[in-house]
Amino acid sequence: MAVAASRTATGNEGAAAAELAIETVGLRMRYGAKDVLRGVDLQVPRGQVIALLGPNGAGKTTTIEILEGFRGRSAGEVRVLGVDPADGDEYWRARVGIVLQSWRDHGTWRVRDLLHQLGRYYTPFSTPERSKPYGADELMELVGLTAQATARAGSLSGGQRRRLDVAIGIVGKPDLLFLDEPTVGFDPQARQEFHELVHRLANLEETTILLTTHDLEEAEKLSDRIVILAGGKIMADGTAAELGRQVAGQAEIKYSVAGQAQVDHADDATAHVRELFARHGDALGDLEVHKPTLEDIYMTLVREFEAGRWTDASTLPGVTR
Amino acid sequence: MDGRLDAAGGDPMTPRAVAVKAGLERGWVELRSKLASPWELSGEVWPWIIAVGVMFALRDKKVPGTDFSIGLQAVPGIVGMSLIYTGLMGLALVLTTDRDDGTLLRMKAIPNGTIGYFISKVVSRAGITTAALLIILIPSALLFGDLRVNSVTAWLTLIGIILLGLLATLPIGAVIGAVFGSVQSLGLVMLPVMGLIAISGIFYPITAFPEWVQWIGQVFPVYWLGLGMRSALLPDSMAIAEIGGSWRHLQTIGVLGVWAVIGFAYAPVVLRRMARRGSGTTVKETETAAA
Repeated sequence: MAVAASRTATGNEGAAAAELAIETVGLRMRYGAKDVLRGVDLQVPRGQVIALLGPNGAGKTTTIEILEGFRGRSAGEVRVLGVDPADGDEYWRARVGIVLQSWRDHGTWRVRDLLHQLGRYYTPFSTPERSKPYGADELMELVGLTAQATARAGSLSGGQRRRLDVAIGIVGKPDLLFLDEPTVGFDPQARQEFHELVHRLANLEETTILLTTHDLEEAEKLSDRIVILAGGKIMADGTAAELGRQVAGQAEIKYSVAGQAQVDHADDATAHVRELFARHGDALGDLEVHKPTLEDIYMTLVREFEAGRWTDASTLPGVTR
Repeated sequence: MDGRLDAAGGDPMTPRAVAVKAGLERGWVELRSKLASPWELSGEVWPWIIAVGVMFALRDKKVPGTDFSIGLQAVPGIVGMSLIYTGLMGLALVLTTDRDDGTLLRMKAIPNGTIGYFISKVVSRAGITTAALLIILIPSALLFGDLRVNSVTAWLTLIGIILLGLLATLPIGAVIGAVFGSVQSLGLVMLPVMGLIAISGIFYPITAFPEWVQWIGQVFPVYWLGLGMRSALLPDSMAIAEIGGSWRHLQTIGVLGVWAVIGFAYAPVVLRRMARRGSGTTVKETETAAA
C-alpha cells in the first residue's frame, strides 16, 4: 500500500499532476486564535527553483515545515511529490531532502564518517535512474568540504557547517530539496559561495528546490521564481521582472512651480503629469518621476509588517496587485 | 513486497534491515568515541566508584542474624542501580539533548532514520553501562570473597541478566527522554523512578512490603533486574529471602523479555512522533468553539 502511494507520484498515469513537485490549495495554519497562514495556493512545477520571500513572521517556516511533513496543518490540501506529507511514508521520505536550520547536532562526528553513515539509509531506495546515495567523497567535493573530511562537525566554521548541512540534505539525491533560511548569519563571502553551490545543485539531476529567505537580493539571485508571503498570504508571485510590474506601487513625482519645490504621489504617473502640465503650463519645472523598484516595495512591506501596522496583504498601503 | 527494489537492482535488504544495520554501525562509532575520551566516561562512573568504596568500609558489618556482610549484600543492588541510572536515565538524558539540538529531527528527515538512531543509542548506551558495571564488579569481586563471581555459571547468568536488563530498560529511557523534552522536567521523572527502585527490592527485600506493593513492584522490570543480579552474585542459600524462596529464573526471563519486545516495537514510533513540530489548531474545531 505504501509502495503504491509513492508509485502514483512517479508513475506515468496522471502525468499532469506528476509534473507538479508541490501543490497546495487553501493551506491554512492557526495556533489557538492566531492565523499564521490564511489560505496559501501554490503550484511548483518539477525542476523549478522557487524562493519563498517574506519578512520574519510571514509564515515561511511554517509553510516549509508543513511541506516537509514536520508539522500538521489546520486546513487545506497539500501534495508534495504527489503525496500528502502528513501521510508520507519512508519511500516518499527518501525522495525529499531537507536542510535544517539546526547546526549543533552530530558535533563529535567527522565529516566523511557522518556523510557515509547518513547515506546508508538511502541504499534500498535506489532506482535505475537514480543510484542512491552520493558517495561521501563525491559529496564533499560537490559542496567544497574535501579539506575538512576528517574534521569534527563541531569544529567547522559557520559557512562550512552550512555546507555540511546541505550535503546531508542532498546525500539521498532528492527529487525535491527544502532549504529554510540557508544563509542566515553568513558573511558576504560565505553567502557568495553558498549561492554558487545552490546554482550547482539546481543544474543537477533536475532537482526542484524550495528555499525561504527574507532577503530580496538573495531570492533574485537564486531562484527562477519568487513568491512573496506576508501576513499568511501570497501577495506576489512571478519572476523578479514580473514582480516589478505586478506590485506596481505609487510613483513619486517631484517638480517645482515657479521655483517652489513640490512632491506628489500617484498611482498613474503619466495621467498625473499630464494634469500638472495642464494646470501649471510653463510655470512647471524640475520634473522628476520615480517609479518604485521591487526593492522599494518590498522594503515598505517589511517596514509596515514589522511595525505591526497591518496583517493582511490586501490592506498594504501603496501597493496594488 | 519489495519487488520494486529487486527491479531497481538496489540493495536486496529491506529498508528497515538496512536502517538497523546502519544503526548498529552508528552505535559502534559513538561508543568508540566515548570510550576514547576518559574524561566523559569518568563522568558516568564516578558515583559507582564511591559506592564501592562505601561497601568496602562496611565489609565487616554483618546482616543481623546472618554471617553475610552488609557490604556484600548491597553489591547486587548497587549493580542494579547503576544499570538503571547509567543505562535508563543516562539514555533519557541523551535523548533530551538530542531532541533539543536537532539530532532527532535530522534523523526523522532520513528514511527509517529514527529506527537507526534508536538502535545506535541502545548499542552505545549498553556499552557505556557495561563499562560502568565492570568498574563496580571487578573491585567488588576482589574485595568480597563470598561473591560468586569466581564461577563460570555465575558470570554467564550475570552477562545474561545484564543484557536482558539493558534490552528491557533502555527503550523506557529513550521514551522518557523523548517525551520530557528538557533536562529540568527530567528531574521530575527521577522521583517516580527512585520510588520504583525503593519498592523493587533493590536495597531492601521486597518481601518486607505489603503484598499489593509487591505486586506493583513485580510489574516493572527493575525488580526482576535486581532479582537476576542477586541470583547471579549471591550464594544460593540467600534465595530464601526472595518471594517464593526461589530466584525464579523463568519468570525473570519472561517479564524482562516482554518489556524488551514492547520497548523495541514502540520506542522508535514515539521518537518519530516527538521529533515532529507542534500541529496547528484544527480550523473547524476552533470555529465551532468560537460560535
